[in-house]
Formats: sequence, C-alpha cells, structure tokens
Amino acid sequence: MNDKPVPFGDPAWMRGMTRRRISRRELFRYAGAGAGALGLSSILAACGVGGEEQATGPTPGGEGSADWWAQQQAGDHINFTNWPAYIDRDLSIDGPGSRPSLFAFIQETGIDVTYRADINSNEEFYATIRPALESGQDTGHDIIVITNGQELTEMIQLGYLIELDPTRRPNFDANVGAPFKDPAYDPGNKYTMAWQSGMTGIAYNTKFVDEEITTLEQMLNPKYAGHVGMFNNTADAQNLAMIEMGINPETSTPDDWQKAADFLQRFNDSGVLRGWFDQAYLTAIENEDLWVTMAWSGDIINDKLYFPEFATFEFTALDNGAVVWVDNCCIPNHAANPVGAMMLMDWYYDPTYAAMLTEWNAYVSPVPAGGEIVQADADKAKGANKEVLQTIATSPFVFPTPELEANLYNYRVLEGDEIEQWNDLFNPIFIS
Amino acid sequence: MSAVSTQPRRVRLPEPVARRPRKRWTRFVLPTYVMAFIAYLSFPIFIIILFSFNQTRGGFGTSPRVKTTWLGFTTEWYGRLFELPDLTASLRHSLTIGLLSALAATALGTLLGLALARYRFRGRGGTDFLIFLSIASPEIVLGAALASFFVALGVTRGLSTLFLSHTMFSIAFVAVTVRARAAGLDRSLEAAAMDLGATPVTAFFKVTLPLLFPGILAGFLLAFALSMDDFVISQFTQGPATMFPTWVFGSTRVGIPPHVFAFATIIFVTGATLALALALTQRRRT
Amino acid sequence: MIWLLVLFVVPMFAMASLSLQEGTSLEGFRQTFRFANFTDAIADNGAFLVRSLRNGVIVTVAALLIAYPVAYWIAFYGGRFKSVFLFLLLLPFFISFVIRTVAWSFILSDDGIVLGTLKTIGLLPEGYHVLGTTFAVIAGITYNLVPFTILPLYVSLEQIDRSLVEAAKDLYSNRTQTFLKVVFPLSLPGVFAAVLLTSIPAIGDYVNAAVLGNFAPGTSMIGNVIQAEFLRNRDYPEGAALAFVLMAVMVIGAVIYARVLGTERITEG
Repeated sequence: MNDKPVPFGDPAWMRGMTRRRISRRELFRYAGAGAGALGLSSILAACGVGGEEQATGPTPGGEGSADWWAQQQAGDHINFTNWPAYIDRDLSIDGPGSRPSLFAFIQETGIDVTYRADINSNEEFYATIRPALESGQDTGHDIIVITNGQELTEMIQLGYLIELDPTRRPNFDANVGAPFKDPAYDPGNKYTMAWQSGMTGIAYNTKFVDEEITTLEQMLNPKYAGHVGMFNNTADAQNLAMIEMGINPETSTPDDWQKAADFLQRFNDSGVLRGWFDQAYLTAIENEDLWVTMAWSGDIINDKLYFPEFATFEFTALDNGAVVWVDNCCIPNHAANPVGAMMLMDWYYDPTYAAMLTEWNAYVSPVPAGGEIVQADADKAKGANKEVLQTIATSPFVFPTPELEANLYNYRVLEGDEIEQWNDLFNPIFIS
Repeated sequence: MSAVSTQPRRVRLPEPVARRPRKRWTRFVLPTYVMAFIAYLSFPIFIIILFSFNQTRGGFGTSPRVKTTWLGFTTEWYGRLFELPDLTASLRHSLTIGLLSALAATALGTLLGLALARYRFRGRGGTDFLIFLSIASPEIVLGAALASFFVALGVTRGLSTLFLSHTMFSIAFVAVTVRARAAGLDRSLEAAAMDLGATPVTAFFKVTLPLLFPGILAGFLLAFALSMDDFVISQFTQGPATMFPTWVFGSTRVGIPPHVFAFATIIFVTGATLALALALTQRRRT
Repeated sequence: MIWLLVLFVVPMFAMASLSLQEGTSLEGFRQTFRFANFTDAIADNGAFLVRSLRNGVIVTVAALLIAYPVAYWIAFYGGRFKSVFLFLLLLPFFISFVIRTVAWSFILSDDGIVLGTLKTIGLLPEGYHVLGTTFAVIAGITYNLVPFTILPLYVSLEQIDRSLVEAAKDLYSNRTQTFLKVVFPLSLPGVFAAVLLTSIPAIGDYVNAAVLGNFAPGTSMIGNVIQAEFLRNRDYPEGAALAFVLMAVMVIGAVIYARVLGTERITEG
C-alpha cells in the first residue's frame, strides 16, 4: 500500500506519474486471463438462454394431457397469486374470513389457500417466474392471473402453461359469458379462464381538478405539472394513445404506432409527468401525488365507493373510447396442485361468488348470471349499501352499455417481428 | 525530521495562538456536526418508529397500509406482527441468509485478505484483479450474471443459490477490509511472539488474530449488512423464496403495511441495545 | 478463491456469452457473436450512462464532504467510544436500504411530514413535489451510501500513527497545516477506497431511481435500463451487453482515477 503522501509538484513524482504503469509481466498475466476468457466463452457459446421450446400441446401422457389429468389428485394447499384489490374483502374482519368468497371455498373443500396479491405488472411478474419455467421447475404458484397481452401470448406459445382439463370446469361451461368463451388469444379456453375484465381510462381527483378530463391531451395541462401519471406496461398507454387520435388500435399499422409514440413522448418532454407507473399508480393517486392519471376502472370505482377519503375520485373513458382487457387465471407448468387450482378457478364461475367479486371490485364479470345477482342485490339493498350497489349496478364500466361497447377496443395483437418493433418503439419512452 | 545542529540556535517561537478558537473547533463545531449527522442518518428510523405506532386503515381493500398523516396512537401492529405470513417468511429468509453468508464470507475473506496482504503467490495479481472486479461491478451486473449462470446450469433457484450469491459478493468486501487492516500491522509483533517460543499457529491465534480482530469484525458486520441490505442480487437469484427487502419493494406498489415498520423498529431497538451493551463493556475494559 | 472463481468468473462469462447473442425471448436466443449488440446498446442508452456517471460523481463528492469530518472526529477524538459511534452510525443501516429508501419516499411524499407541514405553513406552493426529481434520487443515493464512505475513511484515519501528528505539532504546524500536510495525505488510501465503494454503487443504482424517482422523465439511471431489459423487456442480450459496457466504463474510470491519485497498483489498498 502506498502510504507516502502525494508530493504534488515534485519532479520525481511527476516522472513517476508518467512512467509506464503496467509492467510486462502484468500485461502477460492479464492477456492470458483474457485469452482464457475467450476460450471459455466459446464453450459457453453453446449455452444460449432458452426459449426454443415451441409447444404444440402436451406430449402424450405429459403434463396437461387427458391421461395426466386423470391421475392427478387434489392437494391440500393452493397458492393463488393475483393482482391487488382484485378479490372481495370484508373490511370488518381480519384474517382468513376477510375474503368471504375465498373463505367459503376453503370451508367447503377443506383445501387451504395462500392468497398473494403480488402481481403488479405482467412483465415484471412473468420475468420473475420465467427462470423457473425455463428450467422446468415449480414456480411456487398454482394459479396466476395474467392479462391478455404479449406476456400471456408468449407463455402460451412457449408451453409454459398447463392445458386445462375441460372436464373439471362445470361452472365455467354452464355460466361463462359469450365474450369470454373461446377468446381470440386462447381459442377453446385451453389454457385460461377469465378472472375479470376491465377498462383502461383516466382517473382524476376532483379535489385538485376542476374540469372533467376526457382526453389525454387535457392531461398535458401545465396546471397539473408533476402530478400526472401514465402506464408503463406493454399495452395500455400505447393503445389508449391511438384511441385518442381516433385510430382503431386493433387494426393499427406501424405508422400509427409511430404517431402514438410521438404523442406519448410529449408527456416526457412537457414536464407535467410525474412518472410512468404500473399498479403503483393507485397508491400514488391515493397519496395525492397524482391528480390525474391513466387508470383501471375497477380500482378507482372501488376506492371511490368503499373508502370515504377517496370519494373525490372519478373514472372516465376517453371521448373516443377506452381499452378493454381481460385478466385470466392460468396454471403455470409443474404447479404443485393443478387439480385444486382448477377447482378454485371454477369456483368463481358460480354466480354467487362471481357476484361477490363484482360487488367489491367493480370490474366486469365473465359470469352474466353473477351480474344479474348484483343487480338484484342493488335493488334489495338498504341504506348506504344501497347507494354503493346501485352505483355499481348502473356503472357503464361494470355493465357496459351498448354506446360504450361500440367504443371499446381490445389490445393490438402483435405477431412475430411486430413484437420487437412495437417494444423497440415504445420502451424507450417509459424509461427516460 | 529536523536536523540536530551542533550549535545552539536561537529559535523564534511563533506567537502563541489563542487557545480558544482551536478548542472551539474540536470541542463544539465538529462534535455538533457529528451529532447532527447521526441525527440525519437516523431521521428515517425515527419516522419509521413513530409511524409504527400510527393508526391506519386498509387501502383499497387489502391489508392495512401506512398513511402519511398521523391518525392516532396505537400499539396494535406489534401484537399483529406475524399476521402476514409472507412478510414473516421473508424476514426469516433474510436473517438466515444474512448470518450464514456473513459467517462464510468472513471466514473465507479473512484468509484471502491475510494471504493477499502477506504473501506473494502465483495468481496473486489475478486474484487482486478479480477482487477488484467483484467490488467494481455494480450489483446489477453481478445479479444478471449470476442469474444467467444459474439458469444455464439448471440449478433450482432458492435459498441455496441466494446463499451462494450473497457469500460471493461479500467475500471480496471482507478480504479488502481485512487486507487493509493486515497491511497496517506490524509484523515484528508476530516475529517477537515467535522469538518468545510460540509456534506460528499459536502466534497466529494469539497475536495476529486479536490484532486483526477489529478488521475481521468490521468485515463481518459489513458482510451481514450487505446481505440484509441486498435487493438487486436477491431479486435476480431468489426464485420463489422472497427476501425481506424484495418483499418490501414489492409492497411499495400497493402501500407499506405497518407491520414492516414495526419489524424495522424492533430490529433497530435490538441493535441499539447491543450498542449500549458494547458501550458498557468498553467502559469496563478501559 | 475457488469460490470467487466459480461464483464470479463463470457467471461473468455466462453473461458475456449472453451479450453476444440475439433473438427474442419468444423464439429463444442464438449465439451469433453479434458485437453490434454493444454498439447498439451504447447508441440507445448513452444518455443514461452519462446521467448515471454525472449522478455518481455528485453523490461521491457530496458523500465525501459529508463523511470526512465525521470519520475524522471519531478517529481522532472518539476515544473509547469509537466503536460505539461507529455502531450508532451503522445502526440505521441494519434495516435494509429498501426500507430506508421507502421511508424517505414516505417522508418526502407530497403531503407527508416535511412537505405537508411546509405547505400548510405556506412556505411551499401546493403542487410542489420532491419525489420524482433528480434531487430526490441523488439525495437518496447519498444517504444510502454514506456508510460506505465513512468506513474506509475511518479505518485509514484511525490507523494513522498519532506520533506523526504530534511531530507535526512539535514542528510548529498549526491545526490546518497538520491536517493538510499530514493527516489528509496519509488518509488518501482510505479516500481512494471510499470513492470506489461509493461511486460504483451510485452509478449502478436503480432502487433509488425507482422508488424516489418513480421513472419520472429525466431521473432514470442506467441501472434502471438494465433491470428493465432483464426483468421487463426480457431482452437479455441487450441487458447483458449494457451491463458489460457499464462495468467496462467503471473499470476504466477506476484505473484512470488510480493513476491520478498516484497509487502504484490499483489493486492494492
């Protein structure tokens, strides 16, 4: 260790400074290490990061096939991993009873359920389970809930989800609504059963915002500088931007995407944006960090109706419409309790429980009969509860009116090279 | 040093500077600054402690989240500490891995640091370089590399990979700390011990190790803190088992449960008690 | 040592090999030795690199300025309580830095303790916010890394032979001179280590940018980009290439820095 004080200005020191530092021996040593590195790396060149598995279905007798399902037994524990604010809650109870629909399942079947509201974004969640899926291991989740976007498509194409057993979902077969049966992203519901559906629109806090906000353009108002939020996932902001500009996202072209990208870039340049959010936007608007933001319908409606401090929240679609998406339950490969998972997934297609979900989280239910129960409950209810249920029963975002439905658009479905093109275009906007 | 002249010379002493200004600097300014600094470091901790006693309700229908305004005093969160099984499990993982990896890293790192400070062996330059790289790499690079590595080998991600990863990045830190300390050691002390009849091993344990101890202790504490702290590498290598920081980071999306603050308070209080105990033993020794 | 080899070198090679591949996560990655990955990565993300370096410098300088007096005082005037002070300093850092950062985002939230009070008094306009600014990110990183600065400084300051200081005083040097000519130069190895230990995590940090900056435009750092490539976009080759570039930049920077400081071999002390 060189303990001598640094003699600035000393000529001897100056000489030393300009002298060659790396002796020849060291140079050889490092060069040798480098050569070894190259050699090893060529060995490792053989190892890529997988993704090559293109599944066309389970192999005979393999996971997901009829034979395999026939052999499976229900386990005594299910790991159910979902998004936050997505299951009914009884705020007056603590502990397992606080989620009445789930509690009913536990009591009825005797299977214990660990419910985790850990998913905050499809991309991030998929990335955390992907390594296990790639190496063929149990991810630790039996049921996961994924939106119908790039990630779900990829998981299906790579064979990361267990094919569902069509014989184990009687409630589903009997009660599923037409839009959710045989969807385009999962023909025949081979891998997924819808959990809830919802819309992406705009939320604002009337405490700070005097006007009604129905366009993204209005969000660029300098009045709101530092309190505007947008989504950073692979679908919402992009599709919504196109809707704003009057383009139908479902049939959009790369030129349209460029226009959307330019529009979104304005949020970066304008200085009004507080940040690009995932699920965290909800905490931000609750903390009053955000005054106006892109939002998911049920989150806001639920907050508004059940929490007095958030009564000033409003959710609207754009003038030109809104994006509609479906969150889907699916079972990742090598799940520990696939039978239990299917039982639980099917449980929520019982209209009673579907109604319980909708009455709390104000999203669109895939079970029309459940919706009818909600309407009936709204009529029967009394007092404060009546107002809440009536609002839900009449909300166009929970029971879409024909006018709204005409202006609801699905995500743009991307294929092949389009995925890379889309991501390369939009991802740099979210991290700047 | 000053040359000793043979002739007595008359030396002019500089004017004695008033003692008080100098004293003020070390007596008041610096210590106040240090105290203020410690206060600044601890400010978030006080907030955490304070708000662990804050009443709160659930945000959008999930378990309770901390609110930024003071709602009322309550100790209920301490009674409900283990209510969230995921949180408890993650804390347990963190503590286990922290301790184990710190021990392993200290053992290996001390040897390494000592060897580097003392002996010239083949591959030393390479090892130096590796250690340097290991510290120089940002955590994110390490995390990504380790992730690719484990995936390529098909190793199950879990507590064992976590342990390996944490040990790995701690070794370098411990080695550097110990080496710094060892380099400053006076080797003649060891030689003296051996002159007095001690075998090299005895000399090591009775002379070197105690002298090195502050460095080793610092290294251990550093390794433990690094491991408890670690978020990035854990995020890349943990698999289904969550660590405490990862869990907290995830929970920021939807709001921090007050249990987290309660736990943090407990950790802090434990540490403070230890510090107090240390102070007392210190006093007794001197 | 074998440990280090296995757990460090080999993963580095795995990443090196990754960085040269191309493909998408859907189709799988093929090894094509595509060196253009590196140039692409730099071209796309150069701004983040620069920003991260800039932030790293600011953080390091600030941390040094803040930490040096503390380390000095404890080393020279701490007396028997040195370990206690150190413990006190390190105590907040037994709680993981994610929680501390989260605590700061809590403290600095728009209607929280600090800003809320100031706004009620009227010192700040209603819409003022600290979170989501570069200032918040830098402050957060500095706060989190200060112990890494203090420890090496303290270790090297503590080891300075007191008799040298006394000798300087015997030679009629006043306090400032003693400091400048004796103490500070002797502590340079500690400063060197402190700078390394502080600047490197600072440049590669992404948690502070994520929690305190919230991906507001202009706050994200290179670490965020790498993390996003790996964990969000699943573009592993680009992430690996970027990580390599980052490491290369840091290594080169450290080597240059070592030259300037006059240390003969960067790997020593």
